[in-house]
Amino acid sequence: MSFYDQPQRILLPVNAAYMALTLVLALLFNLMPWRDVTGLPDMVALVLTFWCVHQPRRMGIGIAWLVGLVMDAGNGALLGQHAFAYAVLAFAAISLHRRILWFSLWRQAAHVLVLMLATQLLMLAVRMVAGAAFPGLAYFAGSLIAAALWPTATFLLLLPQRRSGSTDDNRSI
Amino acid sequence: MDYQPPPFFSRGPAPLVRLGFFVCLAVLLMVLDARFRYAESLRQVVALLVYPLQRAALAPVELVGAAAGFFTTQVSLKQENEQLKAKQLLAANELLTIETLRGENAQLRRLLQARERLPRQSTLAEILYQGRDPFSRKVIIDKGRQQGVQAGQAVIDDVGVIGQVTRVYPLLSEVTLITDKEQRTPVQVLRNGLRAVIYGGGDRGTLDLSYTASNADVLADDVLVTSGIDGTFPAGLPVAKVSRIERDAAYSFAKITCIPTAGTDQNRQVLVLSQEANLPGVPAETESVAGKLPKQKRARKRE
Repeated sequence: MSFYDQPQRILLPVNAAYMALTLVLALLFNLMPWRDVTGLPDMVALVLTFWCVHQPRRMGIGIAWLVGLVMDAGNGALLGQHAFAYAVLAFAAISLHRRILWFSLWRQAAHVLVLMLATQLLMLAVRMVAGAAFPGLAYFAGSLIAAALWPTATFLLLLPQRRSGSTDDNRSI
Repeated sequence: MDYQPPPFFSRGPAPLVRLGFFVCLAVLLMVLDARFRYAESLRQVVALLVYPLQRAALAPVELVGAAAGFFTTQVSLKQENEQLKAKQLLAANELLTIETLRGENAQLRRLLQARERLPRQSTLAEILYQGRDPFSRKVIIDKGRQQGVQAGQAVIDDVGVIGQVTRVYPLLSEVTLITDKEQRTPVQVLRNGLRAVIYGGGDRGTLDLSYTASNADVLADDVLVTSGIDGTFPAGLPVAKVSRIERDAAYSFAKITCIPTAGTDQNRQVLVLSQEANLPGVPAETESVAGKLPKQKRARKRE
Protein backbone atom coordinates (compact mmCIF):
# COMPACT_ATOMS: atom_id res chain seq x y z
CA MET A 1 0.00 0.00 0.00
CA SER A 2 1.25 3.37 -0.97
CA PHE A 3 0.22 4.86 2.32
CA TYR A 4 2.90 2.83 4.10
CA ASP A 5 5.71 2.55 1.58
CA GLN A 6 5.80 6.18 0.42
CA PRO A 7 6.83 9.03 2.62
CA GLN A 8 3.74 11.10 3.27
CA ARG A 9 4.17 14.78 2.84
CA ILE A 10 2.10 17.38 4.52
CA LEU A 11 1.10 19.81 1.80
CA LEU A 12 0.56 23.51 2.00
CA PRO A 13 -3.03 24.71 1.62
CA VAL A 14 -4.11 25.01 -1.98
CA ASN A 15 -4.22 28.35 -3.72
CA ALA A 16 -7.59 28.98 -5.39
CA ALA A 17 -5.97 31.18 -8.04
CA TYR A 18 -3.68 28.30 -8.97
CA MET A 19 -6.68 25.98 -9.36
CA ALA A 20 -8.33 28.52 -11.68
CA LEU A 21 -5.10 28.98 -13.64
CA THR A 22 -4.72 25.24 -14.26
CA LEU A 23 -8.33 25.04 -15.44
CA VAL A 24 -7.81 27.94 -17.85
CA LEU A 25 -4.62 26.34 -19.19
CA ALA A 26 -6.46 23.06 -19.71
CA LEU A 27 -9.23 24.95 -21.55
CA LEU A 28 -6.59 26.59 -23.74
CA PHE A 29 -5.24 23.16 -24.61
CA ASN A 30 -8.70 21.88 -25.47
CA LEU A 31 -9.61 24.92 -27.59
CA MET A 32 -6.43 24.81 -29.65
CA PRO A 33 -7.12 24.01 -33.33
CA TRP A 34 -5.97 20.41 -33.53
CA ARG A 35 -6.53 19.89 -37.22
CA ASP A 36 -7.25 16.23 -37.82
CA VAL A 37 -5.78 14.73 -34.67
CA THR A 38 -8.06 12.11 -33.17
CA GLY A 39 -7.67 10.60 -29.72
CA LEU A 40 -6.59 13.79 -27.99
CA PRO A 41 -6.73 13.66 -24.18
CA ASP A 42 -9.43 15.81 -22.65
CA MET A 43 -7.21 17.94 -20.41
CA VAL A 44 -10.14 19.80 -18.86
CA ALA A 45 -11.68 16.53 -17.71
CA LEU A 46 -8.33 15.42 -16.30
CA VAL A 47 -7.75 18.65 -14.34
CA LEU A 48 -11.35 18.66 -13.10
CA THR A 49 -10.99 15.06 -11.89
CA PHE A 50 -7.73 15.93 -10.18
CA TRP A 51 -9.14 18.86 -8.21
CA CYS A 52 -12.34 16.97 -7.39
CA VAL A 53 -10.27 14.12 -5.95
CA HIS A 54 -7.76 16.32 -4.10
CA GLN A 55 -9.92 19.32 -3.15
CA PRO A 56 -13.52 18.10 -3.08
CA ARG A 57 -14.60 21.09 -1.00
CA ARG A 58 -13.09 23.69 -3.33
CA MET A 59 -14.04 22.10 -6.64
CA GLY A 60 -17.61 21.11 -7.25
CA ILE A 61 -20.27 20.00 -9.64
CA GLY A 62 -21.33 23.58 -10.38
CA ILE A 63 -17.87 24.67 -11.51
CA ALA A 64 -17.54 21.54 -13.64
CA TRP A 65 -20.89 22.34 -15.26
CA LEU A 66 -19.83 25.90 -16.08
CA VAL A 67 -16.50 24.78 -17.52
CA GLY A 68 -18.41 22.26 -19.63
CA LEU A 69 -20.63 25.04 -20.97
CA VAL A 70 -17.53 26.99 -22.00
CA MET A 71 -16.22 23.90 -23.78
CA ASP A 72 -19.53 23.50 -25.63
CA ALA A 73 -19.60 27.10 -26.83
CA GLY A 74 -15.93 27.07 -27.76
CA ASN A 75 -16.08 23.81 -29.65
CA GLY A 76 -19.37 24.30 -31.45
CA ALA A 77 -20.67 21.08 -29.92
CA LEU A 78 -24.24 20.47 -28.76
CA LEU A 79 -24.84 23.04 -26.00
CA GLY A 80 -24.93 21.20 -22.67
CA GLN A 81 -23.13 18.06 -23.81
CA HIS A 82 -19.85 18.71 -22.00
CA ALA A 83 -21.67 20.42 -19.13
CA PHE A 84 -23.70 17.25 -18.54
CA ALA A 85 -20.72 14.89 -18.79
CA TYR A 86 -18.46 17.04 -16.60
CA ALA A 87 -21.12 17.41 -13.90
CA VAL A 88 -21.46 13.62 -13.70
CA LEU A 89 -17.66 13.27 -13.77
CA ALA A 90 -17.28 15.72 -10.88
CA PHE A 91 -19.92 13.89 -8.88
CA ALA A 92 -18.23 10.52 -9.44
CA ALA A 93 -14.79 11.90 -8.59
CA ILE A 94 -16.05 13.57 -5.41
CA SER A 95 -17.82 10.38 -4.34
CA LEU A 96 -14.66 8.34 -4.94
CA HIS A 97 -12.10 10.78 -3.57
CA ARG A 98 -11.62 9.03 -0.21
CA ARG A 99 -11.03 5.72 -1.96
CA ILE A 100 -8.81 6.82 -4.85
CA LEU A 101 -6.12 8.53 -2.78
CA TRP A 102 -5.33 5.32 -0.89
CA PHE A 103 -3.88 3.70 -4.00
CA SER A 104 -0.52 4.14 -5.69
CA LEU A 105 -0.37 6.59 -8.57
CA TRP A 106 -0.76 4.02 -11.34
CA ARG A 107 -3.70 2.37 -9.59
CA GLN A 108 -5.21 5.82 -9.20
CA ALA A 109 -4.74 6.18 -12.96
CA ALA A 110 -6.79 3.00 -13.46
CA HIS A 111 -9.63 4.63 -11.50
CA VAL A 112 -9.26 7.76 -13.59
CA LEU A 113 -9.39 5.71 -16.80
CA VAL A 114 -12.80 4.37 -15.80
CA LEU A 115 -14.03 7.89 -14.99
CA MET A 116 -12.75 9.27 -18.32
CA LEU A 117 -14.26 6.44 -20.33
CA ALA A 118 -17.58 6.93 -18.55
CA THR A 119 -17.46 10.66 -19.44
CA GLN A 120 -16.77 9.90 -23.10
CA LEU A 121 -19.49 7.23 -23.18
CA LEU A 122 -21.98 9.74 -21.75
CA MET A 123 -21.09 12.28 -24.43
CA LEU A 124 -21.27 9.59 -27.11
CA ALA A 125 -24.69 8.50 -25.88
CA VAL A 126 -25.97 12.10 -25.83
CA ARG A 127 -24.73 12.78 -29.36
CA MET A 128 -26.04 9.47 -30.72
CA VAL A 129 -29.47 10.31 -29.30
CA ALA A 130 -29.23 13.74 -30.95
CA GLY A 131 -28.49 12.02 -34.27
CA ALA A 132 -24.72 12.26 -34.75
CA ALA A 133 -22.52 9.64 -36.38
CA PHE A 134 -20.26 7.24 -34.45
CA PRO A 135 -16.77 8.78 -34.52
CA GLY A 136 -14.85 5.48 -34.50
CA LEU A 137 -12.99 3.64 -31.76
CA ALA A 138 -10.01 6.02 -31.95
CA TYR A 139 -12.24 8.48 -30.06
CA PHE A 140 -11.66 6.46 -26.88
CA ALA A 141 -7.87 6.62 -27.17
CA GLY A 142 -8.11 10.07 -25.56
CA SER A 143 -9.18 8.50 -22.27
CA LEU A 144 -6.23 6.10 -22.27
CA ILE A 145 -3.78 8.93 -22.85
CA ALA A 146 -5.45 11.12 -20.21
CA ALA A 147 -5.23 8.29 -17.65
CA ALA A 148 -1.59 7.71 -18.56
CA LEU A 149 -0.96 11.40 -17.86
CA TRP A 150 -2.38 11.14 -14.31
CA PRO A 151 0.97 10.65 -12.48
CA THR A 152 2.52 13.57 -14.37
CA ALA A 153 -0.55 15.69 -13.70
CA THR A 154 -0.39 14.80 -10.00
CA PHE A 155 3.25 15.86 -9.83
CA LEU A 156 2.68 19.14 -11.71
CA LEU A 157 -0.55 20.17 -10.04
CA LEU A 158 0.71 19.49 -6.51
CA LEU A 159 4.01 21.30 -7.14
CA PRO A 160 3.09 24.65 -5.53
CA GLN A 161 1.73 22.87 -2.47
CA ARG A 162 4.88 20.98 -1.68
CA ARG A 163 6.70 22.31 1.36
CA SER A 164 9.94 23.89 0.33
CA GLY A 165 13.09 24.63 2.20
CA SER A 166 14.26 23.14 5.46
CA THR A 167 14.10 19.36 5.63
CA ASP A 168 14.89 18.00 9.05
CA ASP A 169 15.70 14.32 9.37
CA ASN A 170 14.86 14.33 13.06
CA ARG A 171 11.39 15.67 12.50
CA SER A 172 8.78 12.96 12.32
CA ILE A 173 6.82 14.48 9.44
CA MET B 1 -37.43 23.89 17.29
CA ASP B 2 -35.17 24.12 14.28
CA TYR B 3 -31.89 22.27 14.48
CA GLN B 4 -29.09 23.76 12.39
CA PRO B 5 -25.59 22.28 12.21
CA PRO B 6 -22.79 24.56 13.37
CA PRO B 7 -21.63 26.80 10.50
CA PHE B 8 -18.27 25.01 10.08
CA PHE B 9 -20.10 21.77 9.25
CA SER B 10 -22.47 23.22 6.71
CA ARG B 11 -21.61 22.23 3.13
CA GLY B 12 -24.69 23.29 1.25
CA PRO B 13 -26.90 20.82 -0.57
CA ALA B 14 -25.84 17.18 -0.84
CA PRO B 15 -23.76 16.22 -3.90
CA LEU B 16 -26.56 14.07 -5.29
CA VAL B 17 -28.98 16.99 -5.12
CA ARG B 18 -26.49 19.25 -6.88
CA LEU B 19 -25.86 16.60 -9.51
CA GLY B 20 -29.58 16.26 -10.14
CA PHE B 21 -29.98 20.02 -10.49
CA PHE B 22 -27.11 20.47 -12.93
CA VAL B 23 -27.97 17.39 -14.97
CA CYS B 24 -31.53 18.66 -15.37
CA LEU B 25 -30.17 22.06 -16.44
CA ALA B 26 -27.83 20.43 -18.97
CA VAL B 27 -30.56 18.20 -20.39
CA LEU B 28 -32.84 21.23 -20.72
CA LEU B 29 -30.09 23.10 -22.62
CA MET B 30 -29.43 20.14 -24.90
CA VAL B 31 -33.09 19.73 -25.78
CA LEU B 32 -33.42 23.47 -26.42
CA ASP B 33 -30.31 23.44 -28.60
CA ALA B 34 -30.98 20.26 -30.55
CA ARG B 35 -34.74 20.46 -31.07
CA PHE B 36 -35.81 24.09 -30.87
CA ARG B 37 -32.68 26.19 -31.57
CA TYR B 38 -33.60 28.50 -28.71
CA ALA B 39 -30.15 28.28 -27.14
CA GLU B 40 -28.42 30.16 -30.00
CA SER B 41 -28.38 33.50 -28.14
CA LEU B 42 -26.93 31.88 -25.02
CA ARG B 43 -24.30 30.20 -27.20
CA GLN B 44 -23.42 33.56 -28.79
CA VAL B 45 -23.00 35.14 -25.35
CA VAL B 46 -20.79 32.33 -24.04
CA ALA B 47 -18.86 32.27 -27.33
CA LEU B 48 -18.23 36.00 -26.96
CA LEU B 49 -16.85 35.40 -23.45
CA VAL B 50 -14.71 32.51 -24.70
CA TYR B 51 -13.42 34.47 -27.71
CA PRO B 52 -10.29 35.87 -25.97
CA LEU B 53 -9.50 32.35 -24.78
CA GLN B 54 -9.90 31.04 -28.32
CA ARG B 55 -7.63 33.76 -29.70
CA ALA B 56 -5.11 32.86 -27.00
CA ALA B 57 -5.37 29.21 -27.99
CA LEU B 58 -4.74 30.16 -31.60
CA ALA B 59 -1.70 32.26 -30.67
CA PRO B 60 0.80 29.40 -30.13
CA VAL B 61 -0.23 27.88 -33.47
CA GLU B 62 0.34 31.21 -35.21
CA LEU B 63 3.63 31.57 -33.36
CA VAL B 64 4.72 28.14 -34.56
CA GLY B 65 3.68 29.16 -38.08
CA ALA B 66 5.72 32.37 -37.84
CA ALA B 67 8.70 30.49 -36.40
CA ALA B 68 8.42 27.93 -39.18
CA GLY B 69 8.35 30.82 -41.67
CA PHE B 70 11.50 32.27 -40.07
CA PHE B 71 13.30 28.96 -40.26
CA THR B 72 12.22 28.37 -43.85
CA THR B 73 13.77 31.71 -44.78
CA GLN B 74 16.92 30.55 -43.01
CA VAL B 75 16.76 27.35 -45.00
CA SER B 76 16.22 29.27 -48.24
CA LEU B 77 19.21 31.49 -47.45
CA LYS B 78 21.25 28.41 -46.85
CA GLN B 79 19.98 26.99 -50.10
CA GLU B 80 20.98 30.15 -51.89
CA ASN B 81 24.43 29.67 -50.54
CA GLU B 82 24.44 26.13 -51.74
CA GLN B 83 23.07 27.20 -55.11
CA LEU B 84 26.31 29.08 -55.75
CA LYS B 85 28.24 25.93 -55.04
CA ALA B 86 26.11 23.29 -56.71
CA LYS B 87 23.81 24.37 -59.54
CA GLN B 88 22.35 20.95 -60.13
CA LEU B 89 20.87 20.86 -56.65
CA LEU B 90 19.34 24.25 -57.31
CA ALA B 91 17.71 23.04 -60.49
CA ALA B 92 16.14 20.03 -58.81
CA ASN B 93 15.00 22.09 -55.84
CA GLU B 94 13.48 24.78 -58.03
CA LEU B 95 11.69 22.22 -60.13
CA LEU B 96 9.98 20.89 -57.01
CA THR B 97 8.78 24.31 -55.85
CA ILE B 98 7.59 25.13 -59.35
CA GLU B 99 5.54 21.96 -59.43
CA THR B 100 3.70 22.82 -56.19
CA LEU B 101 3.21 26.44 -57.26
CA ARG B 102 1.88 25.32 -60.62
CA GLY B 103 -0.69 23.07 -58.92
CA GLU B 104 -1.75 25.84 -56.57
CA ASN B 105 -1.99 28.32 -59.44
CA ALA B 106 -4.12 25.95 -61.51
CA GLN B 107 -6.48 25.42 -58.57
CA LEU B 108 -6.85 29.16 -57.95
CA ARG B 109 -7.45 29.75 -61.66
CA ARG B 110 -10.22 27.15 -61.76
CA LEU B 111 -11.71 28.76 -58.67
CA LEU B 112 -11.64 32.16 -60.41
CA GLN B 113 -13.34 30.65 -63.43
CA ALA B 114 -15.96 29.16 -61.16
CA ARG B 115 -16.51 32.61 -59.68
CA GLU B 116 -17.00 34.10 -63.16
CA ARG B 117 -19.31 31.31 -64.24
CA LEU B 118 -21.61 31.85 -61.28
CA PRO B 119 -23.87 34.89 -61.49
CA ARG B 120 -24.05 35.30 -57.73
CA GLN B 121 -21.80 37.29 -55.50
CA SER B 122 -19.18 35.17 -53.86
CA THR B 123 -16.52 35.49 -51.19
CA LEU B 124 -13.20 33.72 -51.36
CA ALA B 125 -12.46 32.12 -47.99
CA GLU B 126 -9.81 29.88 -46.54
CA ILE B 127 -10.37 26.87 -44.31
CA LEU B 128 -8.67 27.55 -40.98
CA TYR B 129 -9.13 24.23 -39.21
CA GLN B 130 -11.49 21.35 -38.70
CA GLY B 131 -13.97 21.59 -35.87
CA ARG B 132 -12.81 19.69 -32.79
CA ASP B 133 -16.18 18.05 -32.22
CA PRO B 134 -15.52 14.43 -33.25
CA PHE B 135 -19.21 13.69 -33.81
CA SER B 136 -19.74 15.98 -36.78
CA ARG B 137 -17.91 16.96 -39.95
CA LYS B 138 -17.43 20.70 -39.86
CA VAL B 139 -14.71 23.14 -40.84
CA ILE B 140 -14.05 26.71 -39.72
CA ILE B 141 -13.42 29.32 -42.43
CA ASP B 142 -11.80 32.73 -42.00
CA LYS B 143 -14.74 34.89 -43.14
CA GLY B 144 -17.54 35.87 -40.78
CA ARG B 145 -20.43 38.28 -40.30
CA GLN B 146 -18.14 41.27 -40.87
CA GLN B 147 -17.41 40.03 -44.39
CA GLY B 148 -21.11 39.48 -45.10
CA VAL B 149 -21.29 35.73 -44.59
CA GLN B 150 -24.76 34.54 -43.54
CA ALA B 151 -25.98 31.25 -42.16
CA GLY B 152 -27.40 29.03 -44.90
CA GLN B 153 -25.05 30.10 -47.69
CA ALA B 154 -23.57 27.45 -49.97
CA VAL B 155 -19.83 26.75 -49.94
CA ILE B 156 -18.11 25.31 -53.04
CA ASP B 157 -14.62 24.54 -54.26
CA ASP B 158 -13.39 24.43 -57.84
CA VAL B 159 -15.20 21.20 -58.74
CA GLY B 160 -18.35 21.06 -56.65
CA VAL B 161 -20.32 21.65 -53.49
CA ILE B 162 -18.47 21.30 -50.19
CA GLY B 163 -21.15 22.24 -47.67
CA GLN B 164 -23.23 24.97 -46.14
CA VAL B 165 -22.56 27.74 -43.62
CA THR B 166 -24.37 26.71 -40.44
CA ARG B 167 -23.16 29.16 -37.82
CA VAL B 168 -21.71 32.64 -38.19
CA TYR B 169 -19.42 34.34 -35.71
CA PRO B 170 -18.13 37.92 -36.12
CA LEU B 171 -14.88 36.92 -37.86
CA LEU B 172 -15.24 33.18 -38.46
CA SER B 173 -17.97 30.87 -39.69
CA GLU B 174 -18.67 27.21 -39.30
CA VAL B 175 -19.33 25.19 -42.46
CA THR B 176 -21.06 21.82 -42.23
CA LEU B 177 -19.70 19.51 -44.92
CA ILE B 178 -22.16 17.65 -47.15
CA THR B 179 -20.77 14.41 -45.70
CA ASP B 180 -22.03 15.31 -42.19
CA LYS B 181 -24.75 12.94 -41.04
CA GLU B 182 -27.16 15.81 -40.37
CA GLN B 183 -26.63 17.57 -43.68
CA ARG B 184 -29.09 17.19 -46.58
CA THR B 185 -28.62 18.56 -50.10
CA PRO B 186 -31.34 18.60 -52.78
CA VAL B 187 -29.92 17.04 -55.96
CA GLN B 188 -30.92 15.98 -59.42
CA VAL B 189 -29.60 13.14 -61.59
CA LEU B 190 -27.87 14.90 -64.48
CA ARG B 191 -28.79 12.17 -67.02
CA ASN B 192 -32.58 12.23 -66.59
CA GLY B 193 -33.40 15.06 -64.20
CA LEU B 194 -34.71 12.84 -61.42
CA ARG B 195 -34.93 14.86 -58.19
CA ALA B 196 -33.86 13.49 -54.82
CA VAL B 197 -32.31 14.53 -51.53
CA ILE B 198 -28.83 13.36 -50.68
CA TYR B 199 -27.86 12.60 -47.06
CA GLY B 200 -24.40 12.76 -45.53
CA GLY B 201 -22.88 9.41 -44.56
CA GLY B 202 -21.11 10.63 -41.43
CA ASP B 203 -17.70 9.22 -40.68
CA ARG B 204 -17.36 7.22 -43.91
CA GLY B 205 -16.93 10.34 -46.02
CA THR B 206 -19.59 9.17 -48.49
CA LEU B 207 -23.16 10.25 -49.25
CA ASP B 208 -26.43 8.30 -49.33
CA LEU B 209 -29.26 8.87 -51.79
CA SER B 210 -31.94 7.81 -49.32
CA TYR B 211 -35.68 7.36 -49.89
CA THR B 212 -35.34 6.75 -53.59
CA ALA B 213 -37.69 4.06 -54.91
CA SER B 214 -35.91 0.81 -55.71
CA ASN B 215 -37.12 0.96 -59.33
CA ALA B 216 -35.92 4.57 -59.79
CA ASP B 217 -33.80 5.21 -62.84
CA VAL B 218 -30.42 5.64 -61.17
CA LEU B 219 -27.34 3.91 -62.53
CA ALA B 220 -23.80 3.57 -61.26
CA ASP B 221 -21.52 6.46 -62.31
CA ASP B 222 -24.49 8.81 -62.64
CA VAL B 223 -23.54 12.39 -61.83
CA LEU B 224 -25.70 14.19 -59.25
CA VAL B 225 -25.94 17.97 -59.42
CA THR B 226 -27.74 20.47 -57.21
CA SER B 227 -31.35 20.91 -58.27
CA GLY B 228 -31.60 24.50 -57.08
CA ILE B 229 -35.21 24.15 -55.98
CA ASP B 230 -34.26 24.97 -52.39
CA GLY B 231 -33.23 28.51 -53.34
CA THR B 232 -29.98 28.09 -51.43
CA PHE B 233 -27.71 26.20 -53.79
CA PRO B 234 -27.50 27.41 -57.39
CA ALA B 235 -28.71 24.76 -59.84
CA GLY B 236 -26.27 22.54 -61.68
CA LEU B 237 -23.31 22.38 -59.29
CA PRO B 238 -21.80 18.88 -59.17
CA VAL B 239 -22.35 17.22 -55.81
CA ALA B 240 -21.56 13.53 -56.08
CA LYS B 241 -21.16 10.50 -58.29
CA VAL B 242 -23.10 7.27 -57.71
CA SER B 243 -20.67 4.56 -56.72
CA ARG B 244 -22.81 1.59 -55.67
CA ILE B 245 -26.48 0.62 -55.85
CA GLU B 246 -28.07 -2.19 -53.84
CA ARG B 247 -31.62 -3.06 -54.83
CA ASP B 248 -33.29 -5.47 -52.43
CA ALA B 249 -36.84 -6.60 -53.18
CA ALA B 250 -37.56 -6.75 -49.45
CA TYR B 251 -37.24 -2.98 -49.12
CA SER B 252 -39.16 -0.36 -51.03
CA PHE B 253 -36.12 1.94 -51.19
CA ALA B 254 -32.82 1.32 -52.92
CA LYS B 255 -29.55 1.77 -51.01
CA ILE B 256 -27.48 4.12 -53.16
CA THR B 257 -24.01 5.16 -52.04
CA CYS B 258 -22.29 8.15 -53.67
CA ILE B 259 -18.84 9.69 -53.52
CA PRO B 260 -18.60 13.50 -53.21
CA THR B 261 -17.21 15.26 -56.29
CA ALA B 262 -15.62 18.11 -54.37
CA GLY B 263 -12.58 17.54 -52.21
CA THR B 264 -14.45 17.84 -48.93
CA ASP B 265 -11.31 16.97 -46.98
CA GLN B 266 -8.63 18.33 -49.31
CA ASN B 267 -8.69 21.93 -50.46
CA ARG B 268 -8.02 25.01 -48.41
CA GLN B 269 -9.53 27.72 -50.64
CA VAL B 270 -13.31 27.75 -50.97
CA LEU B 271 -16.00 30.09 -52.29
CA VAL B 272 -18.96 31.20 -50.18
CA LEU B 273 -21.95 31.97 -52.45
CA SER B 274 -24.46 34.61 -51.45
CA GLN B 275 -28.12 33.71 -51.48
CA GLU B 276 -30.45 34.87 -54.20
CA ALA B 277 -32.53 37.75 -52.94
CA ASN B 278 -35.17 37.95 -55.68
CA LEU B 279 -37.00 34.70 -54.95
CA PRO B 280 -40.78 35.06 -54.86
CA GLY B 281 -42.18 34.44 -51.41
CA VAL B 282 -44.01 31.26 -50.49
CA PRO B 283 -47.75 31.66 -51.25
CA ALA B 284 -49.63 32.43 -48.08
CA GLU B 285 -51.31 29.43 -46.49
CA THR B 286 -54.48 31.27 -45.49
CA GLU B 287 -55.35 32.37 -49.03
CA SER B 288 -55.24 28.88 -50.47
CA VAL B 289 -57.34 27.52 -47.62
CA ALA B 290 -59.87 30.29 -48.11
CA GLY B 291 -60.04 29.50 -51.83
CA LYS B 292 -60.89 25.86 -51.15
CA LEU B 293 -63.58 26.62 -48.58
CA PRO B 294 -67.13 25.90 -49.70
CA LYS B 295 -69.29 28.93 -50.26
CA GLN B 296 -71.69 28.08 -47.46
CA LYS B 297 -68.96 28.35 -44.86
CA ARG B 298 -67.86 31.69 -46.23
CA ALA B 299 -71.40 32.91 -46.07
CA ARG B 300 -71.58 31.87 -42.48
CA LYS B 301 -68.44 33.77 -41.72
CA ARG B 302 -69.88 36.93 -43.13
CA GLU B 303 -72.93 36.78 -40.94
